[in-house]
Amino acid sequence: MTQDTHIGGSSGKFPATQWSAIGAARSNDPTERTRALETIIASYWKPIYKYIRIHWGKTDEDAKDLTQEFFVRLIEKKYLDDFDPSKARLRTFLRICTDHFVANEAKAARRLKRGGGAMHISLNFSLAESELARANVSLTAGASPEPIEEFLEKEFLRSLFGLAVEELRTFCQSRGKETHFRLFEIYDLEDDGAQRQSYTDLGAQFKIAVTDVTNYLAFARREFRRIALEKLREMTTSEDEYRREARALLGVDLS
Amino acid sequence: MSWLSDEAISRLQAASALPDFGGTRYRLVDRVGSGGMGVVYLAEDSILGRRVALKVLDFPDASGELAARLLREAHILARLEHPGIVPVHDAGTLSDGCVFYAMKFVEGRRLDHLDVQKDTLFDRLRIFQRICDTVAFAHARGIIHRDLKPGNVMVGSFGEVLVMDWGVAKILSSAPKSHNQAVPAGNASTSIHSPTAAASETAHGEVLGTVGYMSPEQARGEIASLDTRSDIFSLGAVLQYLLTTLASTPPQPLSAIARKAMQADRESRYASAICLGQDIGSYLDGLPVSAYPENIFRKIARWASRYRVAIVLVLTYLIVRSLLLLWFRR
Repeated sequence: MTQDTHIGGSSGKFPATQWSAIGAARSNDPTERTRALETIIASYWKPIYKYIRIHWGKTDEDAKDLTQEFFVRLIEKKYLDDFDPSKARLRTFLRICTDHFVANEAKAARRLKRGGGAMHISLNFSLAESELARANVSLTAGASPEPIEEFLEKEFLRSLFGLAVEELRTFCQSRGKETHFRLFEIYDLEDDGAQRQSYTDLGAQFKIAVTDVTNYLAFARREFRRIALEKLREMTTSEDEYRREARALLGVDLS
Repeated sequence: MSWLSDEAISRLQAASALPDFGGTRYRLVDRVGSGGMGVVYLAEDSILGRRVALKVLDFPDASGELAARLLREAHILARLEHPGIVPVHDAGTLSDGCVFYAMKFVEGRRLDHLDVQKDTLFDRLRIFQRICDTVAFAHARGIIHRDLKPGNVMVGSFGEVLVMDWGVAKILSSAPKSHNQAVPAGNASTSIHSPTAAASETAHGEVLGTVGYMSPEQARGEIASLDTRSDIFSLGAVLQYLLTTLASTPPQPLSAIARKAMQADRESRYASAICLGQDIGSYLDGLPVSAYPENIFRKIARWASRYRVAIVLVLTYLIVRSLLLLWFRR
């Protein structure tokens, strides 16, 4: 799990598969509920922060406060209890909640003191801000570069893949497969313009055979896919929704 | 946490969408293309150390009908051992549940990617004859292709001509039964399911094929009554494509052959792919073709064309001889 989010006290390890954070977020078990919310927040806080920055044109300080407060409300007011997966995707639901929240906050002129409650969510906003800077998008209100649903979908995917990459890094390190991850990082993650290294170049760089490059990359991609699908499963409530999302976001047919 | 650019996300999406070959003998090399109901990948067979093409089902298939159809295609290919049909090596199910089969990897170009300038009429007709030979072989084994079109023909780098994509092929009821239905599994992680009878047959009224290349009876969904003459129509459409994409106007006998093959009334078409191929051969040899009735002038023109070298030699001889006679009489 990434370290850029953290709700209050400690959180346990998440079950690897067949676990829905959405379902668990409605649980009466506070530990289970906290773990679920942390999973949801880890995947969605950056898309929501960027959405508030771009769509609502808020300054970084305002967007930080609003994002922080939004997720506190999400937990305290149990917004997710109203989520019906048959009517909308979770990201659409969260966007609508965000819109209501930000609009109401503007009306109230932020008369409520934020962050005054017992709960605190630690979010690494500087990371999100640097991502926005690298994406080089306009921060004027309503100036998202594509239709807002597409924007949120892409940002959710960026967040999901980012988490999966970090988990893959940890997974590879724990098994002494650093070269596998490094190859994956160079070949699939890094942007080097038109000049993409060939398998032969990579083999020479790491002093391994070209067939090993093929095999190491295949391993890393396979594990990345597994981890990304596990994370996607956590964000869905039913097998059917999971399959639809896997198809829509990852192009994976799980028939 | 890693910053992922849009390009990196696209690459990761592509990597995630790839089928999971983990636990099999195959190592993914590249995505080659897609068509019909599957995506074709270039992979390396790690046991035999050769490159193979893997066709993997890539469509939602809740009923399992498409998976059965893909495996049925593999069964059909296994039955059709012919130089014009790509050999199948293996079939089974990947660890992620995707059904696949492995076949020879053919490097070449599709017939619909012909070079208008380079590929002459002669080249095209030779290719077409090879297609006819392959289809005739399949018909002799009781199988009709049902989706013959330029996009389903590959011309290899060594001139080999392969008829691809037998996914909607039909086994005629009078077909000889295969004695070997078992397809070797790649290893312990792959397994083969025999296609069910329900999935192996197309329902009457269902239209499969490609508009512009399918016969009228096929377009009407008369599946039960389809026979080899439906493929003859499609062959005629392929010939028509080859002729109309020429840089020059096609010869009339060839247009007549295409027209005969594409007759709406199937009784009026060629009786077999062999007959169609033979008519093309006749044209190439300067002989009369059955589809093109000739009057005396056309016969003379064809005869002159066929023996043009001999005629030129004889005429040259006669002219030179006449000139010599005149010269010596002066």
